[in-house]
Amino acid sequence: MTSQTSRHAEGPEGRFVARVLVYPRAEVLDPQGRAIEDALGRIGFDGVRRIRAGKSFEVALEAADEEQASEAVDRMCRQLLANPIVEDYTVEWVSE
Amino acid sequence: MKCGIVVFPGSNCDHDVYHVLSHVLEQETTFLWHQETSLEGCELVVLPGGFSYGDYLRAGSMAAHSPIMAAVRRHAEAGGRVLGICNGFQMLLETGLLPGAMRRNRDLRFLSVDVHLRVERDDLTWCSSYRRGDVLRMPIAHAEGNYVDTGEALDELERRGQVVFRYVDAAGRREPAANLNGSERAIAGVCNAGGNVLGLMPHPERCAEEMLGNRDGLGLLAGAVAGGGRVGALAAAGG
Repeated sequence: MTSQTSRHAEGPEGRFVARVLVYPRAEVLDPQGRAIEDALGRIGFDGVRRIRAGKSFEVALEAADEEQASEAVDRMCRQLLANPIVEDYTVEWVSE
Repeated sequence: MKCGIVVFPGSNCDHDVYHVLSHVLEQETTFLWHQETSLEGCELVVLPGGFSYGDYLRAGSMAAHSPIMAAVRRHAEAGGRVLGICNGFQMLLETGLLPGAMRRNRDLRFLSVDVHLRVERDDLTWCSSYRRGDVLRMPIAHAEGNYVDTGEALDELERRGQVVFRYVDAAGRREPAANLNGSERAIAGVCNAGGNVLGLMPHPERCAEEMLGNRDGLGLLAGAVAGGGRVGALAAAGG
């Protein structure tokens, strides 16, 4: 599991927006990504080396400070947004 | 045995299980709404098939966090019987009551077809109607039934004998062509370490009466209510 947290974007006090990206783990077969990869090849895109099909979530939340916001989003990822057996997630912070 | 079938928004096999437990096996059976917090004294809890919450996020993931699941977890941890069928199996994986996870089927297709299963354990109450090595025919109907876990976890699962059903051909052989959804090690059903929680992708409730042309699944539901009590493993475990 990976969790990269970049510097939180400046926003109104106590309000944060996280973008959570969830992808199948590298070692897990991604049938969806594979199918898209094949389709891209069929329509003439020769140089595509790999497609991983994932999901993204925008989480707008209120928290006392950056650390708490980050900790809360991390727990959301582990408990619901991603399934750690088959998926990795990364967290980016964006401006509202 | 008092049986409870949990109904989630999107469950669609709840009445089929109810019919078999109540009318065929003549057990006291009740529906339990997902927002309840009590199992009303049910000894067997069934998480039925369907598309709970429209399969949002990941199949079974939303249901895994519904109010009644806290009670289901307590029941399971106290040794109570929990059976998850198809979407119910996915919920048990998402709650962590059973190990592993599901991916989309290997060929990305929704599969609705009869498959053959080999019984890998007959020392569990669930399988008391079967013998180890028996080959059963049961329908599957799912898009996310491609079982996966880390290699290490799969080895551990095998070592502890938690693989209860495997996809095989009609002769009982493990063949890639018989493992339609691409599950690791052809796994179709697993139990927890205590043997009291069982999940499987195939639908025993859809093949439990002669008039349906197949009653291979009746034995599993009969096993689910066999003996009473809360023990998952049979006293006279044969192996």
